[in-house]
Order: sequence, then C-alpha cells, then structure tokens
Amino acid sequence: MAVCIAVIAKENYPLYIRSVPVQNELKFHYTVHTTLDVVEEKISAVGKAMADQRELYLGLLYPTEDYKVYPSHMIKNMAVTNSKVKFVIVVDSSNTSLRDNEIRSMFRKLHNSFTDVMCNPFYNPGDTIQSKAFDSMVSAMMVQAS
Amino acid sequence: MMSPTQWDLPPELCCRPMAFVALTGLDVTYNAIHRAIWDAFCANRRADRVPISFKVLPGDHEYPKCRTKRTSYEWYIPKGILKTGWMNKHLNLVPALLVLFYELDWDDAVWKEKQSECATKVEIVRTSLQGRNTKVAVVLIQKKTPLPPGEDLVASERAASLCNACDLSGKSLFVLPHTDHLVGYIIRLENAFYEHAQTYYYTEIRRVKSHKEFLNKTTHQLLFVRHQFKIAFFSELKQDTQNSLKYYRTAYSLVHELRTHETNMLEIKTMAGFINYKICRLCFQHNTPLDAIAQFRKHIDLCKKKIGSAELAFEHTAWMSKQFQSFGDLFDEAIKLGLTAIQTQNPGFYYQQAAYYAQERKQQATHLCAHEASVSYPTPDHLETPSGALDFYGQRAWRQGHQSIDPPHMEKEKGGILALQMKEKDVPHSELIIALLSNAVAQFKKYKCPRMKSHLMVQMGEEYNHAKDYTKALKLLDYVMCDYRTERWWSLLTSILSTALRCSYLMAHIKDYITYSMELVGRASTLREEQKSRIEKNLIKVLMNEVPEAEPDCDQASAKAAQALWSDRMSLAGSNEFTIEVQDYVPFVQCKAKFLSPSFHVDDPVQLHVYLRADCPHPVRFSKLCVSLSNQEYNQLCVVEEPCKSQDILEASSQENMCLVPGKTRIYSFKFVAKTEDVGKKIEITAVDLMLGSDNGRCVFLNWRGGGGDAASSHEALLAARSFKSRGRVPEQHVEWDTVSIQASTMIISRIPKISVQLSHEPPALNNEMYRITVSIQSNEETVTKDVKLTAGLKPGQDANLTQSTHVTLNGLEMCDESHPALLPDIAIGDLQPGEKVEKCLYVRCVTTGARIFLFHVAYALSTKVEGKDITCRCHKDETVTIETVVPFEVAVKFVSTKFEHLDRVYVDIPFLLMTDILSASPWPLHLVTSQLQLAPTMAAMDQPQSQVEQVVLQTGECASECFSLQCPPVLNGTSSVASGQYLISWKRKSWCADAPVVTTVATLPHVMVETIPLYVHAELPSFGRVRESMPVRYHIQNRTGLVQDVEMSVEPSDAFMFSGLKQVRLRILPGAEQEMLYNFYPLMAGYQNLPQLNIGLLRFPAVSGQLLRRFLPSRIFVKPQGRQADDASIAAA
Repeated sequence: MAVCIAVIAKENYPLYIRSVPVQNELKFHYTVHTTLDVVEEKISAVGKAMADQRELYLGLLYPTEDYKVYPSHMIKNMAVTNSKVKFVIVVDSSNTSLRDNEIRSMFRKLHNSFTDVMCNPFYNPGDTIQSKAFDSMVSAMMVQAS
Repeated sequence: MMSPTQWDLPPELCCRPMAFVALTGLDVTYNAIHRAIWDAFCANRRADRVPISFKVLPGDHEYPKCRTKRTSYEWYIPKGILKTGWMNKHLNLVPALLVLFYELDWDDAVWKEKQSECATKVEIVRTSLQGRNTKVAVVLIQKKTPLPPGEDLVASERAASLCNACDLSGKSLFVLPHTDHLVGYIIRLENAFYEHAQTYYYTEIRRVKSHKEFLNKTTHQLLFVRHQFKIAFFSELKQDTQNSLKYYRTAYSLVHELRTHETNMLEIKTMAGFINYKICRLCFQHNTPLDAIAQFRKHIDLCKKKIGSAELAFEHTAWMSKQFQSFGDLFDEAIKLGLTAIQTQNPGFYYQQAAYYAQERKQQATHLCAHEASVSYPTPDHLETPSGALDFYGQRAWRQGHQSIDPPHMEKEKGGILALQMKEKDVPHSELIIALLSNAVAQFKKYKCPRMKSHLMVQMGEEYNHAKDYTKALKLLDYVMCDYRTERWWSLLTSILSTALRCSYLMAHIKDYITYSMELVGRASTLREEQKSRIEKNLIKVLMNEVPEAEPDCDQASAKAAQALWSDRMSLAGSNEFTIEVQDYVPFVQCKAKFLSPSFHVDDPVQLHVYLRADCPHPVRFSKLCVSLSNQEYNQLCVVEEPCKSQDILEASSQENMCLVPGKTRIYSFKFVAKTEDVGKKIEITAVDLMLGSDNGRCVFLNWRGGGGDAASSHEALLAARSFKSRGRVPEQHVEWDTVSIQASTMIISRIPKISVQLSHEPPALNNEMYRITVSIQSNEETVTKDVKLTAGLKPGQDANLTQSTHVTLNGLEMCDESHPALLPDIAIGDLQPGEKVEKCLYVRCVTTGARIFLFHVAYALSTKVEGKDITCRCHKDETVTIETVVPFEVAVKFVSTKFEHLDRVYVDIPFLLMTDILSASPWPLHLVTSQLQLAPTMAAMDQPQSQVEQVVLQTGECASECFSLQCPPVLNGTSSVASGQYLISWKRKSWCADAPVVTTVATLPHVMVETIPLYVHAELPSFGRVRESMPVRYHIQNRTGLVQDVEMSVEPSDAFMFSGLKQVRLRILPGAEQEMLYNFYPLMAGYQNLPQLNIGLLRFPAVSGQLLRRFLPSRIFVKPQGRQADDASIAAA
C-alpha cells in the first residue's frame, strides 16, 4: 500500500499530491519533487531509444534509506503517461509482499481514474485535481493512517 | 579521547598497507653517499616500483618488544577484539626486513677488522629484534664497480667468510657499488627486499593461522575475529588482496556472530565498521563496485538496529553517519580512479544519508544532553585512561578489557555516560551536517540531479538557520527559491519562504523581510488565511516604520535580540525607500498593463490601462502608481497619486480609488497625445511602479519590468486560455482578471491620408521606349495640404540589376540614358487646396525586359487639432504598380542566293541576298520610322541600299520584310567567317504624339562563311524564249585562280530544246581570263522548260563539281508559245 501518491503535470508541477501521515507531508513533497530528476533523465533516455514504445511504467526508481516513522527502505515508483503527466507512488517497503505486478495494477487504477478526471468537461487540463472520485480511489490505495 | 574526530576511521586503517623495510647503518645527515642512496630509495616511488615503505633507523633502534609466545590458550580470556596499536605496529614499527648498510670493499686493507665490526652490528640488530621473524640483510656499499660474478675470486671468498661471520645466508648479502647507475642498483635491491618481505608476511600468516587449533568457540570468540583480521591484514601487507578480501569477509561474518549486549555493542560496531571499510575498499580496488555496494547495504542492514545504550543513542547515529560518509569517500575515490557512476547510484546518496544521520544525531543529542545547568562534568573524569588512549578499539575508557554482560561498576558507568553526553554537547553538529550536505550537493550536481541538489541546499539553509548563521542561510535559500518558483511547487516554496522570512526577521533585514512577506501573503503561498493575515499585518507595520511581531518558532533570546535590532533600524533615518523588482516573484499585488491597441494614429490619443489586483487577505492602500514608457516625456502623463486626483482617471468609483480590495480587479486608465516625432516609432512600457507606504513612513516601490506579470502569471494566462470559463459571458463593468492580456508596446503610426493617387498608362512597356505613366493626385482633405511631394520610380529593394536597367525622367521629349536615376525622389508639387487635382507625367525607360514594381509615394504635411492640441502631421500615401516590359518586335535575318535559295555560305565576289523580317510582338501598333543597314567592311552592297519599310505601321503579329543585294570582297585564305554588320530600326508607338522621341533598335547581323571559288560561271540569256524562235545564250567562264585551268565542258541534250554550239569541248583558260561560250537554243515546247544541262569539270580541282557550279546558272526558262498563226502547227505537234 502506498504512503504517498502524486500526479505531476507535464511542466513538473503537482496536480495532486497526498500522503499519510499528514505531519510529514513536506518531506514527501520533497521526495516526489526530487524523483523528477530521475524521471526526466529516464524519459529522455527512453525518448531517444524507443519513442513509440507503449510501456509507460518506469519501474522502481531508487530505494533510499529512511525515516524514523518508517524504518526500512522506501521504494518510489513511477509511471509516465503519453501526455507526459507523471504518476509517483511512494511505498513503504517494509511491506515486502508488494510485487511488481501489484504496483502496476495500482498505476493502472490511478491512470484510469485520472483519465476519468480529464474527461470531465468542467476540468481544465493543468488545474489541480479536485475530484471526490479521484480522492476516494487514492484513499483506497493508501496505507490507512493509524 | 573524546574529540570530534572520535568517529573518524584511524589513518592506519585507511592507508594502503605496504611492506615495511627498515634501513640501518645509513647516516643520511652527514654522509653524502648515504644521502644519495636514501634519496634513490624514497624518490619517485611510482606505481611501477614495488610497494614498500622504507624507514631509516639507527643501528641501536629499539623495536617493540615481543611478548613471549603463548603455548596454550586454555586459561586465556581475551579482553577485546583488536588492540589499538596493532595495525600501526606492523605498518610502522616492526619491519619485515631489516637491512644493514656497511661500507666495505672486497679489497679493503683492514678487511678482518671490518668484517668483525659488521658482524657485531648484525648481532646488535638481531638482539633488538629478539623473538621476531624479521629477516636481516646486509648491503655492502662499495666504491668499485664489481667484476662479473665468478671472476673475482677474492670477492667470492670474502663474501662467503662475511656470511659466515654474520650468520647470513648468501641471499641476504648484497653489494651496492656506488657508481653512476645508483638508481638501477637500488631498484634491483628493493626487488630483492620485497621478496624477503613477502616471505616474512607469509610466515606471519602461517603463525597466526597456527593459533587456531588452540581456540575454542565458547571463550575465544573474540580471538577468531582478531586472527582473521590479522591474517587479512598481513595478506594485504603481502599485497595478496584477493586472499585478504576473503579473510576480511570471514572476519566480518565472525564479528556478527559475537554475542552482543549493551556493554560491547560499540566495540562490535567499531570492528564491523573497520572490516566493512576494508572489504569495500578492496572491492573498489578490484573494480567490483557492485560487490562493494552490496556489502555496504548488508553492513547497514545488520548494524542499523544495534543502537546500544539508549542514553548514548547519538553515538549510534554518529557512527551510522560516519559509515555512510566513509563509503561515500571510497566511492568518490574510486570514481576519481576511473569508475563511472550513474544518476541513481552515486556517492551523493551516501553523503546525503550521512547528513541525515548527522541530523538525527543532533536531534538525539539535544534531547539526551539537555542537562540542567547545575549538572557539571563529573570528576574524576571517567574518560581518562592511564595511557591516554584505549587498549582496544571501541571500548569504554572506564571499563577497558571488561567483557561480561553487566557493567562492573554502576557509578562509574553513570559517570562515564554523563561525561560522554557532556562532550557531545560541544560537538559542532551543524558544521558537520553542512559539510556532508555540501559534499552531497557537489555529487548531485555532477550526476544531473538539479532537484535533489536544490533539496539539499534547502536543508543546508535550514541548518545554517539553526546554527544562527542567517546570512548564509538566506543566500542558499534565495538561490534555490526560484527553482521551486519556476516549477510551481508552491507548498515547498512556501516552506522555504517561511524559513527565509524568519531569518530576515532575526537579522532585521527590512528589504528581504518585505520581499518574502509579499510573496507569503500572495497567491503562491499555501499558508492558511490567519497566517497570511498575521504576515500582512506585520508588513503593514514595517511600512509604517514600526517593529513587526516576532515570527513563530523563534527562540526567546533570538527574538529579543531581533526586536532590539529592528528598533535600531527604525530609529535610523534614511534608507527608507526600497525598490523591489517583483517580476521574478509572485507578489501579493498583480499588475498587467496594456495599450488598448497595438497601434495608434498620431492624431488619436494613446490609451493605456493598468490593471491591479491584490491577493492578500486585507485591503491594501497605495499612494502612487506610475508607468514608465520608452519615451520618458510621457511618463509625467501616466501617474496617479493620492493627493491630486488626476483628470485622466476615467473610472468613477464610489470607493476609494487608491485602495485595492482583495480579489477585485482595479483599472487605471491613462490617455496622452503622442508627439509627431514619434511617428513610426514604438512606444513601450518599460516599467510599472506601485508605491506602498508613504513618504513620511517607509515607502516601497513594487517595480514590474515591462507591462507587468510575474513568475506565475504566464502559466496562469495559458491555463485561462484553455479554460472553459473564458467562454462564459462576462457582465459589463466587471473585468475577469485572467482574460486581461498584457500589451506592453504600441506603434505610433502616421495619420490616414485623405488623398487619392491614380495612375494611367498603357502596359506593357516596350523595351527601350520612353514609357509614359500619368500620375494624378487629388486632395480630399478639408484643409490645405502643404508641401506635397511625389517620389516616383522603381520601388527600392528589388533586384539590383533592375536599378541599372531602369531610368526615370520627367522630360518625355528626350531619350534618357544611363545618367538618369531609377527613382526620382521628392518632386515638389506645392500646396493643394481641398479638392484640387494635379497631374504629372513620368517617363520610364526599361533597358531590359521583365516585371518591375514602381512606387508612387505622395507625402504632405497638414495641421490638425487633437484633444485641443494643434499638431502638424505628416501623411503619406503609397501606390505601387507592376509593369511588364516586353520586346516590341523580333528581327529575323537570312542569307539567300540570287535564286532565293538558302545559303549556308557565300562565295567571294558572287552576289547574294540578305533578307530581314521585322515581326511585331507589341500589343500596340508600331510605327516604323525607318531602317538602315550598316555593313561591315567585309561586306559590300551591290547598289545604294534604301529602306523599304519607311513609315510602315505594324499591327500586332504583322511582319515587315526587306531585301538587300550584297557581295563579299575576296578573303585571304580559302574560307573564313566574317561579320556582316548591323541592322538599325527606328520606331515608336503609333499612339504617341509626333514629337515623342524615336527609339532606335539595333539588330546585329549574323556572321557568315565566305568561300573563294576557283571557277565562276554565269549565263547571259534573255528573260524568256518563244517556241521555235532561236535565242542566244552566252556562258561566261572565269578563271579566278592564278593558274591555267583545264576545263571540260559538255552540254547534255534536252527534249525541249534544239541547240547549236559546241557540244563537248575541252579548253584551257589563262589566270584571271574569261572564256565566253555562245549557244543558240531553239525552244520546242512552251511553258517552264529546263535548259539543256551544262556540265563543267575542272581537271585541277576535282572537288569543285559541276553540281556546285550549276548553282550559279539558271536551270529553267519560260518559253512563250508561238503567235496565232502557229496554232494549228502546235496542235498537230501535240
């Protein structure tokens, strides 16, 4: 289960970001922001090699040592959509049962839900996401804060 | 022992172990030869030389005493894992080989004495190394070059005796001739030393290994680790890194098998850290960085939880930080030696983690070391040891060698912990953290992680803030702020700004304070409304020159100091005016300025709107708004100030004009009349300034470069453009902020001319003619137009060749030439009354064909009134026309014989015809005035040539032809191509008046081949014959050569003629002479009849055939029928 889920616009500003627990929010914001370094590098590398590949999932970015709240590693995952909107999921890797295909299915859900948001005629592309449906979908994927 | 470097790895661990060889018997201070030898050993120790560390020691040097070797470990309980002195001892104190230098030549006079002295010296050294396995070698320094081995019998005999006396093996005795090749000898010597040293370390390894059988697993666990470590270390000294790595790995797993409890936790971690360091170092050295990283991860995983004593938790984090730091250093060093790192795996991460643990350490330290002021440093100092150092790595000073689970002495334990905590208080944590962070920053910069770099710089800034170094903190935060601003991560920007605001508050930096406040109360800030409100109130206080409230989260003392600073600042006069360039921030007041139109006519007033909007929680009042324009003369017209309400402000508002209500857009409009000299120029808004505060308090100018906008506005405008909301209907008087777009510049353009310019002409223009264009200018102005000027001619900016081939004049009576320009500028026309019309004729001569654009530019001045001001405007009107130029006619020329047969060559002195055709291509009728033939000297006319086309008028497509009879004078050699001359045609358009100039077109006649002919034949015969009437025909045969010609002639019979005369004859013609042959032809039939064929053969010139000559002769003649009386006869004949 994720501890932080973020949707990043093409221009690299956040469209949506939520994390548990709330008091460490800023730290997660920094974490998500710094992953963009790697994402940009990966996208440009992929862009050069196989521009038309349909694979949007970038896989595990990098594990880092971590915080007192969550001892053990954090794993960040990443997917980039065709519109260059990026999804970042931060997972607490003490949860070792989480497998690659599960992460993929999380991204798929996230992507589908994001597509629904985009289909809303009252949503302006580029605005921050304020959707109850999206919120509840994200909540369902998050670790329940105890 | 408790120093800030307590956690640093000992230098003997971090160095590369090299075999230690001690040299004695060298006097390097006073003996030049010895000095040279020593220098040769130490200088230039590059990688290609064997790894040995040399040291010169005196002959009577005392080496560490060797303890008596234990024969049994049965009752032995080890006190620790590794003694602190052990590594140093084997690196620097106990040599693997001891070399004794001694000056002795084989043929020394006092050989015996010297030999025994040498033996004594060896003995002394041996004694001082009692119990060690150190080898001893002797080097004889000799003055003479030795003979090849085996040849010097004395030498070998004395060498043997010396070995014997010193109890040396032959392999340990060396000779060093002190000659030119010293370095070469030294290198050979040290290679030999290296072998000895390796043998020594090999035996040491064997020795340590041999202890193993005496050990048991219950009491000697520590020794297992110690021995493995020693073996590994000796292997390293032996330069056997592969095995060394293997032993270190075993040692590492053994160290984690040790029973851990709170009392030995530090010792175990210390040793684990040492061994881990060695393993990682060797892995990098073996170029297996992934092994190193894997080992390090394993190490961290194993040790992370081994916190040890909770009261000394900061020790664990300090140790963790050091682990990461030293791994980062190793990684970085490997990269310097050629390893390539990648974005997601570079030393930066390790430094970052080290910094993270350093931060943890600091937090734990503040938490654990928060002693009451009354608690003082314990006496006696439990951290003191008798020797001043620890015996074993990682042990506690107050219970060294103690290995049981519980501390032996509770009081001492407490005292020791307290002492450590007190020491920790003095550690400059922030310095350590900042150093690590800056290391990490350098790495992330290298590996293209700009955001990670910014993040770390924020952390550095925050750390400087904690360390109360606000200047540096602000410098760093300022540097990264714009990155977060441009990436629009408002939550992060807000957090950074809040820290920066606190720093600037504590330093009482007014300008910074205002700048950060402005952004924090603005729309980019994610602060809650009440926080914004607090900051805005503070900002207003500062503007009123009062001391603001303290920022939250400042400690009491600093806040108090800051208050004092602020009061000082306030009392100081001057520096009360600030200009803040807000363009690159997201300030709480937004500004957009726009000209209402991208261009204004000079006779219309320029209109300009400034839109302002505040995003802060409370309304703000400002005292002045001014717009700066590129022409500063207008600036005074674009100001709005509180006291005097300018007439220019259009908007009538019931509320106060100079007050910005949050969320509401305010419009200020300005209007001014442009100066006439600005016509054709751009007027730009260079800046918009908004003055907050007042002159008597503190005033701050918010300055927007150009037409406003800030760091966030361009993106907002983009989103607004995409938004569905923009399509909604906006009520009157209400301005949707997002729909306002900036228009920072406008053009001042000239007044619309009220004048008509018309052209009349008959296109196309004919090549070379004087083409007439009539321009009629009519004024539709209501007042007098003054100083009307016409510029006419070829429009500039076309092909440069056109300028050369186009000539314009006003005089249509004369042909114009090259001296005339392509464009006639400023033809004065004078003043025009309203409605007056003027015509002007322009003549254009186009020398080449093709399309040209002609420009007719009419400029004039006019007085008018704008907004009550009299201005003189210059207006102009342009008219262009494209005119095609075509050739008026085509001239075709051909040469034909007198029989109108086509000629490809002509013959000397034989007449021929020149035919010319003039084919009109002009759409207008052409009047051919005359034509003229100008012959070249190589041509001559048969008679006076006269123009046959004079005064002919050619319609389109019609053709006029002429024919001239010519002859060629003799040419030098047989054939040559000669010029014919020119054909001149004078013409003009039919439609133009009689006095229009005549155009003369020259057509160059083609060259023609002229050939000399040896024989010429021409016939003299009547123009017609009559049936049955004899007609005389005379053939003239001319010899045109300088030779006598033999000519054969024959006349062939013909059905139509009977003839008399010589039928076949052979004659001889003298040079230049002419022979005449007379025949009487008697026609038999009427009509066109072929004459009897005359065949001529030249014996000398077979090439000149009868065929050729026949061309000069008529072939047919018209024969008229006989008179009436002959009718019957002719019928009968038919």
